[in-house]
Amino acid sequence: MIEVSSLSKKYGNHLAVNNVSFSIKKGEVVGFLGPNGAGKSTIMNIMTGYLSLTSGNVSIDGFDIIDQPEEAKKRIGYLPEIPPLYTDMTVREYLYFMYDLKKVSFPKKPHIDEITRLVKIDNVIDRLIKNLSKGYRQRVGIAQALIGNPDLLILDEPTVGLDPKQIIEIRNLIARLGKNHTIILSSHILSEIQEVCERIIIINKGNIVADDTPTNLSKNLSSDHSLSLRVVGNEADIQKILSSVPNIKSIKCLGKKEEGSVDFVLEPKPDCDIRAAVSERLAERKKTILSLHSGEMTLEQIFLRLTDDTDRGAYYSKETESPKSNTPKVKLNLETGEALVGEQTEAEKEYKKEDK
Amino acid sequence: MTAVFKREFKSYFTSPLGYVYLAIFLFFEGMYFSTLYNNSSTSIEIIFSSLATIVVFITPVLTMRLLSEDRRQKVDQALLTAPVTVTGIVLGKFLAALAVYALAFSPTLLFQITVSFMASVNWLIYLNAALGAMLIGAALIAIGMFISSLTESPVISCILTLISFLLLMVLTNLAAMTGVSWLVSAAEKIAFVNLFFAFTESVFRITDIIYLVSISAVFVFLSVRAVEKRRWS
Repeated sequence: MIEVSSLSKKYGNHLAVNNVSFSIKKGEVVGFLGPNGAGKSTIMNIMTGYLSLTSGNVSIDGFDIIDQPEEAKKRIGYLPEIPPLYTDMTVREYLYFMYDLKKVSFPKKPHIDEITRLVKIDNVIDRLIKNLSKGYRQRVGIAQALIGNPDLLILDEPTVGLDPKQIIEIRNLIARLGKNHTIILSSHILSEIQEVCERIIIINKGNIVADDTPTNLSKNLSSDHSLSLRVVGNEADIQKILSSVPNIKSIKCLGKKEEGSVDFVLEPKPDCDIRAAVSERLAERKKTILSLHSGEMTLEQIFLRLTDDTDRGAYYSKETESPKSNTPKVKLNLETGEALVGEQTEAEKEYKKEDK
Repeated sequence: MTAVFKREFKSYFTSPLGYVYLAIFLFFEGMYFSTLYNNSSTSIEIIFSSLATIVVFITPVLTMRLLSEDRRQKVDQALLTAPVTVTGIVLGKFLAALAVYALAFSPTLLFQITVSFMASVNWLIYLNAALGAMLIGAALIAIGMFISSLTESPVISCILTLISFLLLMVLTNLAAMTGVSWLVSAAEKIAFVNLFFAFTESVFRITDIIYLVSISAVFVFLSVRAVEKRRWS
């Protein structure tokens, strides 16, 4: 569906995108993850033909975005970072305009009605866009991208600036659209991407630093990350017990946060799971664990790991070339640290989707 | 192109801008017509050249937003990622502004028809003056649109356009002050706004027409290039 090969973009002397290559198959839902200014929007703008490229190739469904822009653009629905809305028009006028602009062949009114129902803006259809709230504007932006029913949807930070309820709604909408569209969405919020995407491409400073499934990424990123622990008892006792647990690299006491208990941060040795051992050892000594969880992996930490740790960088380049079959048996949920044993089957995935 | 044209034309009338533009024209046209009427004159075409100054002063408001506003509001992303060519977008906008300009002159047609019932009128002279007004307008709008493609601010675009239009108007006087004869004749050629008077005096020169059409074409082309250039920068 999409082939991007050795794509580079220079703004003056600043290299915004550096020799990026990836390909996306039909039906995939792919997330671009990266901090602000990583080059996510630039790559999206190039793929949609808004910006040119300095070198490399982008082809959409076999059509080169530079040589056959009209054919390529017909296949793309694009929601830029700021929804491109004419605020002096009503929602209906604007969508009709976009319909005309995109030279769509479906019957006009039923097509627009269907889209407005899908993104739930049919109740504001005759209101001026400038009087709409941010959430509604964002949805009008998505509606605009859906006009003409393009195979490929490119959504640049579709949930930014929305309230939690709207975020969930938009996320569900994307998950629904993902069933019969190829979707690329960008975000700097990890959990959001993880919820809807089957594949994550992490971009930093114009380079792809990781390209994998969310479960693989989380496994590799969280296998050796720290545990937060809260135990009833005094500091010295527990420190002693913990130091007898094998495979712990460091123990850091955070002091008293709750009456009668002590907080610790444990860093295990690489590739070791110490949760069971810690829990058992404390139970043996009749110490009550109030909480035990993996420290949250923030995006910053991931970036630090992916960009600073050269070993890991090498691991990823190896991983992306190898077939997907060697997915790990034990996976960790990136956010909560909970372990999912065994591979998630297609049926489970489907079930999860429907559950949403 | 038609989608852009329709939207752009409508947008003039969703804000007071289009109405104000038409109202100013209507006021002056009415005033000149009543003067002609009181003098029992049938030379409606004189209205065209009398409006030259008005055209120069208020046409910048027609063109100031054409390409700058979209960029400021980031709507250009929707236009440029749609399966249309940049030329189509720019032409749509150009024609929309030209349509409002033409609408501003349309009352003269009513005057001409009204007078034709009462006296004999010369349609050829009228049509020649109208053609001149349209071609000059097209050239001015193309220049204004090009200037609007260079900035994101409609205000800056409006001021720069006004300055260039005024320069076009006073160019011959400026050249005359220097007293250099070749400079004067060059200025006369460049200051195409003054062709309003030639067309009104029923001068029909094919060179003038080609000249004005070329100016429009060149500046429409430059606008397209200016929009394209931003993609490549």
